[in-house]
Amino acid sequence: MAAETKIFGKTQTAEQEYEDPKEQLMFDPRPREEMNRMVMEMMTTTTKKFWLFFFGLGGGVVVLLFGAWGYMISTGMWVTGLHRPIYWGVFIVTFVFWIGISHAGTFVSAILRVFKSEFRRPFTRAAELMTTFGLAAGALYPLIHLGRVWVFYFMVPYPNARWLWPNFRSPLVWDLLAITTYLLSSTIYLFLPLVPDLAMARDRTTGIRHAAYKVLALGWRGTEAEWFRLKKAIQIFAFAIIPVMFSVHTIVSWDFAVSQVAGWHSTIFGPYFIIGAILSGVSAVVTILYILRSTLKHMDYFLRPEHFDALGKLILVFSFAWAYFFFNDYLLGWYGGEAAVRQLLTAHASGPAAWIWYTMLICNIVVPWLTLWNRKIRRTPWLMFIITLIINVGMYAERFTIIPLTLGHQRTPFDWGVYTPQPIELSIVLGTFCLFTFLYLIMSRLIPLVPVWEVQEGQVAHTLRKVGKAKVPTVTDLE
Amino acid sequence: MADVSKEIAEKWGLVVDQDRCTGCNACVVACSMENNVPFQGEDNVAFGRGTYWIYNKRVWEGEYPEVAPAFQPVMCQQCGSAPCEPVCPTFASVHSEEEQINLMVYNRCIGTRYCANNCPYHARQFNWQDPDIPEPMNSYLNPDVTVRRRGVMEKCTFCVQRIVGGRQTAADENRPLRDGDVTPACVAACPSGALVFGNLSDPDSRVSQMAANERQYKLMDELGTKPKVTYLKGGGRNGG
Repeated sequence: MAAETKIFGKTQTAEQEYEDPKEQLMFDPRPREEMNRMVMEMMTTTTKKFWLFFFGLGGGVVVLLFGAWGYMISTGMWVTGLHRPIYWGVFIVTFVFWIGISHAGTFVSAILRVFKSEFRRPFTRAAELMTTFGLAAGALYPLIHLGRVWVFYFMVPYPNARWLWPNFRSPLVWDLLAITTYLLSSTIYLFLPLVPDLAMARDRTTGIRHAAYKVLALGWRGTEAEWFRLKKAIQIFAFAIIPVMFSVHTIVSWDFAVSQVAGWHSTIFGPYFIIGAILSGVSAVVTILYILRSTLKHMDYFLRPEHFDALGKLILVFSFAWAYFFFNDYLLGWYGGEAAVRQLLTAHASGPAAWIWYTMLICNIVVPWLTLWNRKIRRTPWLMFIITLIINVGMYAERFTIIPLTLGHQRTPFDWGVYTPQPIELSIVLGTFCLFTFLYLIMSRLIPLVPVWEVQEGQVAHTLRKVGKAKVPTVTDLE
Repeated sequence: MADVSKEIAEKWGLVVDQDRCTGCNACVVACSMENNVPFQGEDNVAFGRGTYWIYNKRVWEGEYPEVAPAFQPVMCQQCGSAPCEPVCPTFASVHSEEEQINLMVYNRCIGTRYCANNCPYHARQFNWQDPDIPEPMNSYLNPDVTVRRRGVMEKCTFCVQRIVGGRQTAADENRPLRDGDVTPACVAACPSGALVFGNLSDPDSRVSQMAANERQYKLMDELGTKPKVTYLKGGGRNGG
């Protein structure tokens, strides 16, 4: 006898809510060899469209990023739209944006791994790649925005003829150290679970690919002892990289929070930035997963509506959390009553650039709250693609509000200013988007984007048991 | 040679009397000539890239049509606790122990512009491009001061070259530094005597006595930057 529930006036039976477990990846296993073959095919298939994007994005990197950057280096920063009192513009906005994106990999991969969330299995690698490449794109900006990039090494602590260390009180030095630490550790964390898959690829390829995989697989044979050590190493890294992730975006937020600038000097910036980073990072994972699913061969077997569903719930939770922190930051700033902060908040909400502020609120709060509660929407990949893109537009608007709009409206009205990004700046920003996508595109054909062994392991661990007439999904604890 | 530097510890300070300032901008011009500050041209100034180590902030007092201009010359306040110093990753913005002022090491600057964001007075200037000094304009350049290239920050130094020069002259004449030995370009050029410069650690100096005036206030004192520039509040209709 099915229980009847009324939702929006429609009668719904429990039967309709019931989902066939076979729709889930974990309960829909395929033979190991077949799955390996699918992943190998995914890696080696290149279409005409692929090469079109390959050369298009590659050209974008060369012209939009390095061309424009080179021009800016050779002529000076006057090609940007920066001026007194707005000394940081879209370069720093995009820097924070990419560092935010890079939180996705660690969050999805490390935190979900530590908490044994099974739905993570097919896309941990896709997320980890985002971390590494997001950092690669983001780490360019501290260089790009320098007035004299050719002496950037003054920031690096190394013994030198001047007998000078960098200023360890400066958040920019903390930034440098945090980002290089994160880049190194996330690359190792990307590589560790990749080793068995590289070995799998090594055994199924010939020629140059075989030689390269042979080196990279580090002689992996798949013995019990190797698996034991690999699992231990992954476990250690998964735990160790979580505090690194938290530290990185906290330090990025301290670039602003330790300053005197009204509207930046906020004690809540650390957690506020982290939540924002995870919101934008997880959203970007969904965006990428949709693209992978619709372009890569066999990907629709590995990525299913259930994954979009689970990530959609995460995004909704983080959208709630983001709104909470945003409210805290604003309300207490306003309540504090400092004239400069109050004027700033008024300017954000009603000034000439208020549309950016409202874009932020609509994209980060209204859109996810109105859509993601709905299971059907969460399970429609293309809708999730659009929603997550909108969220990232909102997060970009957030950073834009925090950086140039805040700098332009400080304590003395005499020094207020308006900032408009110039073509060279936009070209460089677009160029790093090309760089990220280009690197991702190359990697999608060089390494297995799906951690095959993790999926297989999960499928072995998941079983359906019959209890009476019902089939109950069960998971064996693997550790 | 007598060791004169120990006799009176140097703590240079400036007093701006807003009652006397007429907003003539002579200080701005003199400063630019003294410190090789590049002229940026109309377009750049309109865009907000005019480079001034001292600039005259004009505000209006009263309600229209009963308005009166008020002038506030603003330069680097030589903060005792300067927000620009800790944020610089390369020690390009440093505190000089001898003169107790904030100095800029151009060669160390990599152009992060963090100091400029963190300066509540917006006293710091960035070189957006290489200075354009065509012939015969180059002959006005002051050999005592570096010409800055693009990509570095710069700001008022209280004419540190004149402080050093005054100290050397005094040492040559084998006497301690006297009040009035050092005059920055802006102070020398001010026709109404609105700017007074001197050693704040000497209680008899003119600047110390003026800084104790009851009209005195510091710019954004609430931020705790401990500025060494003191303003005297104006009350009159002309300037003030």
